[in-house]
Amino acid sequence: MARTVNLVAGAVLVGLVVLVALVSFAWTPHDPLLVDASLRLSGPTAEYVLGTDRFGRDVASQLMVGARTTLYVGVVAVGIAALAGTPLGIVAGMRGGWLDELIMRVNDLVLAFPALLLAIMLGAVYGASTLTAMVAIGVATVPSFARVARAGTLQVMSTEYVLAARAGGRSRAWIAGRHVLPNISGLVLVQSSVSFAIAVLAEAALSFLGFGTAPPTPSWGRMLQESQELLAVEPRLALIPGAAIALAVLGFNLLGDGLRDRFDPRLEVRR
Amino acid sequence: MTLAIVRRTAILLAGVLAASIVVFAFLAVLPGDSAQVALGVNATPELVERTRQEFGLDRPLVAQYLDWMGGVLHGDFGVSYVTREPIGPQLLDRLGVTLWLVGAGMLVALVIAVPLGTVAAVRHRKPSGALVSGLAQLGVAVPAFLAGMILVQVFAVRLGWLPSGGWTPPAHDPVEWLRGLILPAASLGLVQGAVLTRYVRTAVLDVQREDYLRTARAKGLRPYPALLRHGLRNAAVPVVTVLGLQLATLLVGAVVVERVFVLPGLGSMLVDAVAARDLLTVQGIVLVLVVGVLLVNFVVDVLYTLLDPRLRRS
Repeated sequence: MARTVNLVAGAVLVGLVVLVALVSFAWTPHDPLLVDASLRLSGPTAEYVLGTDRFGRDVASQLMVGARTTLYVGVVAVGIAALAGTPLGIVAGMRGGWLDELIMRVNDLVLAFPALLLAIMLGAVYGASTLTAMVAIGVATVPSFARVARAGTLQVMSTEYVLAARAGGRSRAWIAGRHVLPNISGLVLVQSSVSFAIAVLAEAALSFLGFGTAPPTPSWGRMLQESQELLAVEPRLALIPGAAIALAVLGFNLLGDGLRDRFDPRLEVRR
Repeated sequence: MTLAIVRRTAILLAGVLAASIVVFAFLAVLPGDSAQVALGVNATPELVERTRQEFGLDRPLVAQYLDWMGGVLHGDFGVSYVTREPIGPQLLDRLGVTLWLVGAGMLVALVIAVPLGTVAAVRHRKPSGALVSGLAQLGVAVPAFLAGMILVQVFAVRLGWLPSGGWTPPAHDPVEWLRGLILPAASLGLVQGAVLTRYVRTAVLDVQREDYLRTARAKGLRPYPALLRHGLRNAAVPVVTVLGLQLATLLVGAVVVERVFVLPGLGSMLVDAVAARDLLTVQGIVLVLVVGVLLVNFVVDVLYTLLDPRLRRS
């Protein structure tokens, strides 16, 4: 029973972030970018439920649009990583030999470049933007997917149904599409969820350093950065985006844990 | 076993070589021209040309790379295009600050994670164990810089117990140094401690199911003494691996935390260098950080073989 708690709690939190982001396309309480000096640093009121920031912008609306940025960065970064890493891992696991060795060694090299460092490097060369942040986080995450996919592939390749398919003269591509991919998709899904949580944290850190989403596009990380000087007067401005980041990360991590419990029956004893 | 270490060393050296080429290629080849980047778009072509010659940027890339790496091996990271000062000494200075921060952060993480993770595993069927797991799950989700901001607010601004930022060299005033290190180390370590708690819990849970631990318990040892005598070394193998991966995360996490606490470490140097478009300095810092990650991985691999005799043969 405890196994489904993680999954449900994670799905609810992630669903909430997605819902808020979707609603923000159609409706926000106020224009998130509208500067109004007369409303500077207003506390929560009936009209501004989460109050306003130092430019008089509505915090609730910024938070809603910020959810979009967070999901956008996560989807693109995890998409890059999964689309590149999974096939690489499958090829490495199925072919073995020098190709396997080569892929895994390059993998190790990429692993030496943490996402944040890669993003700062890219930012130094091409200028900081949401795009460079996404690409950097995505590339830095490719090795995790390649490793997971390779390990799963090796397991599938040692099964008897793969042996039967090979004996029946099926091509490598057929085996990869028919047996390997469906069987490792659970692992890839778990990895996606966990990587998404890491991407959300990385985007927040990058925006905080000034290497992420450029103003005026609302981003939770930059809301935090902008609140830093006002922390003593208005802790609300830091705690609101901070809580949003923490809940989103928690949601993706719980979802990953829940999915893992579902897809990896070996862990059942543990609960 | 010696063979295993020789092999690991070879992999480390190859990794450092490959990483240095990647870093160099990234920053020296892709943007076209570091002199142009450093001087900005408004610089006259003559000035750019003179700067290029001065720093040897007009020579073939292979020569530039060999020159740079040759210098780096002797601790000479070149002269900044922007400040025109040698990069090496400052880099070394800043590295010291970052290493203190990372080391202290790791210590905080370990002090939190080993006892909490063990308790969570031993009591995993009880509410107290679930509570620890839940707190760890929540702690993982908090960005280190947010933890830092909250710690500053509480312990520096409200209570006034500790400084809110800044750095005192340990040789200068050890007490002030320690006071200044506590909050940054805590913000770095609390979050990593939460991550580590989860791994310690899993490792101890795994060990608890082993036959030798059941035997120890059957002999009449209480749960914690049994774990201490028979379990910890076995549980240490996966934990050391994660610890190594975490050190790499800490090194990068330090970049952000240094920003919150205005510490003169590698991270703030990197951010400043990027802002000043000082590509050679960026190149040097990135190389040092990446080599740091590779070194940590190397040490983990070697420790791994030392901790688990079964791995020595392979």
